[in-house]
Formats: sequence, C-alpha cells, structure tokens
Amino acid sequence: MVTNVTNFSRSGLYDWMAQRVTAVVLAAYSLFLLGYILANPGMGYAEWQGLFANSWMRIFSLMSLVALSAHAWIGLWSVTTDYLTPMTLGKWATGVRFLVQALCGVIMFVLFVWGVQILWGI
Amino acid sequence: MLTVVTPMVTGTSCKCLPDNSPCSLGLSKCEYAVNSQRPVNLDLRTIKLPNTAISSILHRITGVILFVGIAVLLYGLDKSLVSEQGFAEVKECLTSPLAKFVVWGLLSGLMYHLTAGIRHLIMDLDIGVSLESGKLGANLVFIISAILIVLMGVWIW
Repeated sequence: MVTNVTNFSRSGLYDWMAQRVTAVVLAAYSLFLLGYILANPGMGYAEWQGLFANSWMRIFSLMSLVALSAHAWIGLWSVTTDYLTPMTLGKWATGVRFLVQALCGVIMFVLFVWGVQILWGI
Repeated sequence: MLTVVTPMVTGTSCKCLPDNSPCSLGLSKCEYAVNSQRPVNLDLRTIKLPNTAISSILHRITGVILFVGIAVLLYGLDKSLVSEQGFAEVKECLTSPLAKFVVWGLLSGLMYHLTAGIRHLIMDLDIGVSLESGKLGANLVFIISAILIVLMGVWIW
C-alpha cells in the first residue's frame, strides 16, 4: 500500500478536483490578461496601473494567485512523486523527494507573498 | 484481497483460459494482470513513448517551466507597476532580443500547457478517451499549440 502524506489535501480525488478548478481560473486570467494587452497596443503606465488598481482586477488577480499556488503545488507534487523515486535515485529517494517538495512549497509561498505585495503596493 | 489472489500468482495449479482470464476463482482479467508477477518495466528512459505519452510529458515539462517563469513575470509586473519610470524600463527591456526570446518561451509554454489542459478537461467529460481518439486528441494539441506558438512569435517580433 502506498501512503501519501505530502499531497495537497490527503485525498487524490480532492487534489484532482482542485487541479481542475484552479486550472479554469488560471486559464481565464491568463487569457484575459493576454487579450487585454493584445487589445491595447502601445498602452501607457496610467492605463496599466489603473487596470491593476481596479478592485475587480485585484480580486481576480488574488484569486488567480491562490489558484496558482494550489495548482503549482499539486502539479509539482505529482511530477516529483513520479520521478524522484528509488528507481531513479536509489535509497535516498524519499529524503531527496521530501526536500525538493519542501523547496517547491517554500518557493511558491515566497512567490505568493511577493504577488500579494505587488497587488497591494499599487 | 491478497489472500484470495495469492494462490493465483504463486500456484502452478491455477488453470487459466488462453486469454489469461483465470477461471478457477472468477477473478477478472484485469485483477489477474495487476497481481501477476510478470516482469514490469516502468523505466521511462527505456520506453519508446507514443504521441499520447509525449503530449503528457510535455504538459509536465511546460508546467515546471511555467513555475520557474512565475518569478520572471512577477519581477516584470512589480517593476512595471511601481512607477512610470519602472514601466518605461520594462518596456525598454522588452525590445531586447533576449527578453523577447524569454517572453516567447514562456508564452509558448503557456500555450502548450493551456491547450493540453483544455484537452484534459474535455477528456474528463468522457470525450476522446478511446485509444484512437486519444491519439487524435494528442496530435490536435500538437497542431493547435504549434499554431498558437507561431502566432505568439509573430506578435512579439
């Protein structure tokens, strides 16, 4: 029996669902942002700053940042769980995998806090 | 469950049908295959990957690239929002060939990841999950994302 103690929700089904819900949020956000930039060529600072200062945009951005954090964690957890195994790394695999996953978690947390600072620093 | 299966995999007394389905205990073919002790190779480096597997592994690779790219994008966002001067600097930086290449690389990763992700959601609706349509879906992801990646390049340069 395989026991997973490091995944997002301790339930594969919940992780599966969370990965999809967050994916939809991220798809909407990235398409919106790309579309906005494409539709406004030669945009100036005032318009760009105004976009991110808008409350709705802040809500959308923060929602996407939360979605990104969960999505990246679940994705990186899946990848590391699949490839950092005793088959590829030998007997230290569990320790290495735990450290790599911990590093991913720390990096994502730092990026999240940085993102919040950017959004609320405007 | 193991106690039921053990005699199947260890005993030579098991009588199996030609298609490998064991008749004696009424286990399904699937259960038999999962619990059999035939040699299993899961080493990706020695497996020739079909298109569907390539599309899956590219989804993972682009996901990891995008994770690394978040820092670059946040840096640009931070600088561009903090002041008018920072915005001008980011705009100036984006005219350099290296910056254009990095942005194009990240957008390419995003386009592939997004296309493959949409295919995932479609497959979750039970559409395109047979072997044939799965292969078709993987090829469609390659074609659509390639078109989007070229269009991104045209936009950037």
